[in-house]
Amino acid sequence: MTQPLIQLRALTRRFETGGGWFTPARSMTAVRAVDLAIARGEVVGVVGESGCGKSTLARLVLRLIEPTSGQILLDGTDLTALPRAALRAARRRMAMVFQDPYSSLDPRYTVADVLAEPFVVQRRPMDKGAAEAMLADVGLPASVAASHPHQLSGGQRQRVGIARALALRPDFIVLDEPTASLDVSIQAQIIELLSGLRDRLGLTYLFISHDLGLVRYFCDRIVVMYLGAVVEVLPRPDAAPRHPYTQALMQSNLSPDPSRRRAIAPLAGEIPSPFSLPPGCAFAGRCPRASDRCRTERPALETAEHPVACFHPI
Amino acid sequence: MRAVLRAFRRPMGAIAGGWLLAMIFVAVFAAWLTPYDYDIQALKEAYQPPSPAHWLGTDEFGRDLLTRLFHGARTSLSVSSIAIGISVLCGMVLGAAAGWFGGRFDRAVTVVVDLTWSFPEILIALILVAIIGPGTTGTMAAIGVAYLAQFTRLTRAQIMMLKGETFIEAARSLGAGNAHILFRHLLPNALAPVLVSAMLATGDAIILEATLGFFGLGAQPPTPSWGAMMSAGSALVFKAPWIILFPGLAVAITVVAINLFGDALIAELDIRARMRRAA
Repeated sequence: MTQPLIQLRALTRRFETGGGWFTPARSMTAVRAVDLAIARGEVVGVVGESGCGKSTLARLVLRLIEPTSGQILLDGTDLTALPRAALRAARRRMAMVFQDPYSSLDPRYTVADVLAEPFVVQRRPMDKGAAEAMLADVGLPASVAASHPHQLSGGQRQRVGIARALALRPDFIVLDEPTASLDVSIQAQIIELLSGLRDRLGLTYLFISHDLGLVRYFCDRIVVMYLGAVVEVLPRPDAAPRHPYTQALMQSNLSPDPSRRRAIAPLAGEIPSPFSLPPGCAFAGRCPRASDRCRTERPALETAEHPVACFHPI
Repeated sequence: MRAVLRAFRRPMGAIAGGWLLAMIFVAVFAAWLTPYDYDIQALKEAYQPPSPAHWLGTDEFGRDLLTRLFHGARTSLSVSSIAIGISVLCGMVLGAAAGWFGGRFDRAVTVVVDLTWSFPEILIALILVAIIGPGTTGTMAAIGVAYLAQFTRLTRAQIMMLKGETFIEAARSLGAGNAHILFRHLLPNALAPVLVSAMLATGDAIILEATLGFFGLGAQPPTPSWGAMMSAGSALVFKAPWIILFPGLAVAITVVAINLFGDALIAELDIRARMRRAA
């Protein structure tokens, strides 16, 4: 097997809160020992409910948040060990598209300023007409270059955000719920755009989403996270789930055809507090298949064709 | 800057802005606008009511009041705007540093600033004038320090708020360093509310300057200032009411004009919510 473009090794991030005079120090593990390899040209989806650590994972991969432990390898180079200047250079090869197209663009910048910023911070020359070409790449007319973000629609802003991410021709792009704050009709356009750009530019995506339907449509492989840990990696978007949590997620995603909808067995129980995880499997309290072993021992993610972290997989 | 021009298109903005431009004009060209000198005494002409020769009358030494009012505008406006300018500059540096670095430095700055914030400006100014001594320099320093807390707090609040915006994270993801983020994103976005509040504070500073002048702590005679002119007129309210009336009107109208123009600017810049949050 050729070397993966991105490789995460036991990537972990803990957050500490409190520790003042009146609040006891508490810590939560937002991302727990995540191992993941992404091959060049692959689209890997990360799904999970709010607070499962998927956005933290996205920022860890780009070292926008410092990991507590673990490694991030980009083409075999460990990003966590890079000094500042080398990290800045490495940032040319990776980029991020953010969830909120309203706050991800500086309100004082024109679109032309936004597109020039990557070249400014990387001290790279920007060709004449580069902005027009970048806008054309994302399906925007050259005339928006003089506009300020507040003059554009949500979909147009997100296209500007994508154009900015593509500015330095990166290999790898983290998409953090790029369609979550857009209208459904616009979502489809943005996904089409991202899909076309991948084919044309040979991009590799890490696609973060809470929308399992979208992820199954768009991704080659799907990572399912629950409370900071990977519980299952679906090797194909249409693979049958093996983890009870993944199954519950998939059942919660209604089919557009009512006759194909099955009865949903809603999950009972609450998500445990991330500050005091149970000793065993984090999902045991809500799992219909949980046994005594699940409540005392934490299942590890197996290394197999279809890895799952469960003692009683389906 | 374009917002300033747009503010002039609002009716209130036009009237208020027009008055302020006129005040700046008479302050700059005070020496050439009237045939009289502000400091030559002509005791035979004393206590004259307004007339075609002396539009606003003369004071107790026979000096033309209009001339003194124009020169007073020079003192009042320059002292207050220079004082506020220094205050804004220092406040922005201090507030930006506190908001940017956070931690112990931020806590130290906040404690000191909040301490001065809890006293009325006039009290701080009086204490400082008592230390430095009366005169224009002392007044400027006193006003500058009195308003330092306001600009430090405002800038700090802006920087803290902007630091959490996604576009800062986006810039970081492109490889932007601290200097780029601070000078290309944070400070330009923090500037508009700070400048507008500086403008509004200039109005208060004119009152503060007039107050210090009224107490004889501002510009020293024969240099006219609106406050000192009112102080002289206060003893003569019944004998020659115009001596206190016209400088008083000048202060009042100018301060109201500054506030109205500031309101127009706030509306044009669409930063009302951000101004409220920081104050």
